[in-house]
Amino acid sequence: MAEHRRHACPGCGYVYDEAKGDAHEGFPPGTPWSAVPDDWPCPDCSVREKPDFKTLTE
Amino acid sequence: MSIQALNADGKMVSYTDRRRWLWALSLLWPALPIFSGLLASYTGNVSYFWGTLVVWYLIVPVIDHILPTDSSNPPEAVVPRLEDDRYYRVLTYLTVPVHYATLLYTAWVVGTGDLPWHAILGLALSVGVVNGLAINTGHEIGHKTTSTERWLAKVVLAVVGYGHFTVEHNRGHHKDVATPADPASSKMGENIYVFACREIPGAMRRAWASEKLRLSRAGKGPWTLENEVLQPLLITVPLYAALTLAFGWVMVPFLFLQAFWGWFGILTSANYIEHYGLLRQRRENGRYEPCQPRHSWNSNHIMSNLILFNLQRHSDHHANPTRRYQSLRAFENLPELPSGYPVMFMLALVPPLWFKVMDHRVMDWASGVFSRVNVHPAAQARLAARYDRAVDGGV
Ligand SMILES: [Zn+2]
Repeated sequence: MAEHRRHACPGCGYVYDEAKGDAHEGFPPGTPWSAVPDDWPCPDCSVREKPDFKTLTE
Repeated sequence: MSIQALNADGKMVSYTDRRRWLWALSLLWPALPIFSGLLASYTGNVSYFWGTLVVWYLIVPVIDHILPTDSSNPPEAVVPRLEDDRYYRVLTYLTVPVHYATLLYTAWVVGTGDLPWHAILGLALSVGVVNGLAINTGHEIGHKTTSTERWLAKVVLAVVGYGHFTVEHNRGHHKDVATPADPASSKMGENIYVFACREIPGAMRRAWASEKLRLSRAGKGPWTLENEVLQPLLITVPLYAALTLAFGWVMVPFLFLQAFWGWFGILTSANYIEHYGLLRQRRENGRYEPCQPRHSWNSNHIMSNLILFNLQRHSDHHANPTRRYQSLRAFENLPELPSGYPVMFMLALVPPLWFKVMDHRVMDWASGVFSRVNVHPAAQARLAARYDRAVDGGV
């Protein structure tokens, strides 16, 4: 089973969790980070985009 | 009522929000056309129908300039508790029914009152001003992440037919702010009328495209009730149709004028002045630098900030869009407007005056470097001749 990782917006603290996806944004549970487009802005603040996100290690 | 919290050094800090109870006035502003209507009917003097406009364009600016500006901030340590204080957000919720009451009451007055045309005009523009404030409330709560607030934002925006605002503003304007691609960031040399023709259709087009893209990721087309551009229209269209059925064809110019002044007179005007000429620099990788506090114009005038839920502390809003109005901060050395929004809105309507007041401020902001400014292409050559040191004849 693939390991699910979490990615956090450095601006507002929003977390994209691969296990949960983001239904409102159109990413069903299990959608890998690699499937999220590069120009996708943080859904909470829109100040930062995908390339700015930090992958959480814990 | 004061809040205590430990700061980073482990010291107890205390903060009292001096404006706490004044924020309750937020419930009164949207009702101004009701008060003026009641005054007009008791006195028989129809000029009272213009009362809201006198308050917004005259009394608020006078108070703004009599009172000292306020650049005080809550200490960072108390901000989490300040944000958790439900009092502030409940005030924003309670303004929502007030906006509907004002629209229904004024429509009834216009539909049944046999008023002269100038009274209807004054009332329609008055409702336009307060429904522009509805967009401001929709803006404040539409940025928040709770489902109640997101839902209420759609409801309050629907009163003025601007329900697509949250979608484009949050995902489009905040992403592209202070770049040429953003229809809601004005360019130096672009007058407000030219700007409006780019901003108003641009916002609609981009909101629709944004929802279409979001829904397509889940394999859905745009014609679904999940489309957040369509949802608020399910309130606006039946509401406006019902008012027209109830009060006749006079509703057509009345509703058109109030919506027009809410859109253009308040929202477009706010967008026009908030980032005029300011430009984020493009980095070597082709991406723009993230939006910094220096990419928005600010004002610390007290009265207009009180009416606008601190919107004029715009730099902090763009740096931290989910921060609530009661904790937005003023910073030093930020782009400063010479007055609060109501005066700047009036100034913007007279382009030569606007350019005279603002263009040199934009050049100061850019430290005199013309290439750092967001310039309107049609005005490029004329402004370069005047301001670009790299061009012969520039200052
Ligand atoms: Zn974010």
